[in-house]
Amino acid sequence: MNLKLKIWRQEGPNDQGRMVDYQANNVSDDMSFLEMLDVLNEELIEKGDDPIAFDHDCREGICGMCSLFINGEAHGPVKGVTTCQLHMRSFKDGETIFIEPWRAKAFPVVKDLAVNRSAFDRIIQAGGYVSVNTSGNTLDANAIAIPKPDADKAFDAATCIGCGACVATCKNASATLFLSAKVSQLALLPQGQVERKERVTKMLHQMDEEGFGACTNTGACFVQCPKGISLENIARLNSEFRNALLS
Amino acid sequence: MALTGLFLCTFLVGHLAGNLQLLISDPTHAAESFNAYAQFMTTNPLVKVLSYVTYFSILFHAIDGIMLVMANRAARPQRYAHEKASTSSVWASRNMGILGTAMLAFIIIHMSDFWFEMHFEMKPTFKLDNGDEVKDLYLEVVEAFHSFPYMLLYVLCMIPIGFHLYHGFQSAFRTLGLVHENLTLLVKRVGVIFSIVVPMAFAIIPLYVYHFIPSAEEIQKSESYKAKSTLIEVEND
Ligand code: HEM
Ligand code: SF4
Ligand code: FES
Repeated sequence: MNLKLKIWRQEGPNDQGRMVDYQANNVSDDMSFLEMLDVLNEELIEKGDDPIAFDHDCREGICGMCSLFINGEAHGPVKGVTTCQLHMRSFKDGETIFIEPWRAKAFPVVKDLAVNRSAFDRIIQAGGYVSVNTSGNTLDANAIAIPKPDADKAFDAATCIGCGACVATCKNASATLFLSAKVSQLALLPQGQVERKERVTKMLHQMDEEGFGACTNTGACFVQCPKGISLENIARLNSEFRNALLS
Repeated sequence: MALTGLFLCTFLVGHLAGNLQLLISDPTHAAESFNAYAQFMTTNPLVKVLSYVTYFSILFHAIDGIMLVMANRAARPQRYAHEKASTSSVWASRNMGILGTAMLAFIIIHMSDFWFEMHFEMKPTFKLDNGDEVKDLYLEVVEAFHSFPYMLLYVLCMIPIGFHLYHGFQSAFRTLGLVHENLTLLVKRVGVIFSIVVPMAFAIIPLYVYHFIPSAEEIQKSESYKAKSTLIEVEND
């Protein structure tokens, strides 16, 4: 198939940036979206042009490195997948495809479609950890009995890959879904109790510091999240925060 | 936002309950009931406190809401060239600021109409069964809703309220941290019903008065009303 691409090009953090038109010909249905961009980049390099910078790593939907706002949606039109798992068969021959970077004050563009998501790392550093005894008599994690429903919920929350689609799609560029997953996965487990109160407060504070917006419960994050992180986690985050405030 | 929003939801229910007295079909009975209610609402000290809490809530909710909308807009300085927002969220949830501003405009119009006139400008009075002579707010309402554009304004202004509540009601519970899944589902359903029933019930009042209650002049001509009413002169426009 042949496609018209409208891609965001920006030379660096201080460049103004613009949408640039490209033509992608003979694209196979079986290509992933990133492979389609790889082929385009090969052509650009051959012509002596600057290839398009975009983030990617595992290309199997588990690392959270790939991004892209494709035709108005985070990770493109297919729900529950990352861009690396999006295939060209989801598009029609002759279609025009808009490709833009995640847009958020807290995710500045590095170059073209690549954005800096280290704000997420700083949120984690602010409180997304547990204290364990490393003095040689470390407790076997499996020795602590955990109710199955709690373990399941913690595990579901822990499937967040930190891709930032929630931020990209939120009208407020809020990182609340991400934050709620990171707070929930620890708040639900016995290992997470020691820092429980200060964790939620510190991580929320860091989210505000980074310039993310505040949650107004539109629910767009959950719809676009490739891992289907539940909105129940946001309710839990708010309840954790309320408990931390009141005690 | 959630606390003031939910408080205002309870205010809406109270306000609606009072106003439903305007649906009483006999004007003399309606006037007795509604004017007695108005007297209670303006003289009872507890209601007075509650009304100040309500004014404060609206003010705080509106200011906090607008600040929230502005801060959230600032979190995305560069917009997308192409964005399909409707695939992942409902319209009302993305336009709470606009809906709220429309409501604020309505509240201001509404307050300057009835509240202001009630307190400073009313002319006709009504003699209640308890012997008190009070300003005839009932007649004022009837007179107002017999103007078609006015009636229409009141009906149309219920639409943004409905949409605001459609998102706001259930949103407030998540903001407050309601985690329980079954309850969340219940809250969602109640929210949808609330956002449809409450504005509709409010909208029925002007429609009903316009279509089924005689005009203020006619009401004043009836014998039973004359016995209670002390002023014949009604402003005509
Ligand atoms: C009777 C009047 C009103 C009621 C019952 C009401 C109710 C609510 C409720 C329940 C919420 C959700 C709170 C949350 O999720 O934490 C909300 C949010 C909001 N309200 Fe109101 N409200 C009223 C009037 C207003 C007015 C006059 C404004 C004026 C600007 C306004 C602006 C907002 C904004 C901007 C938000 C929300 C943020 C968002 O979720 O996007 N509201 N309201
Ligand atoms: S919550 Fe979902 S969308 Fe957000 S960072 Fe985690 S996996 Fe990505
Ligand atoms: S590249 Fe790792 S999730 Fe897409």
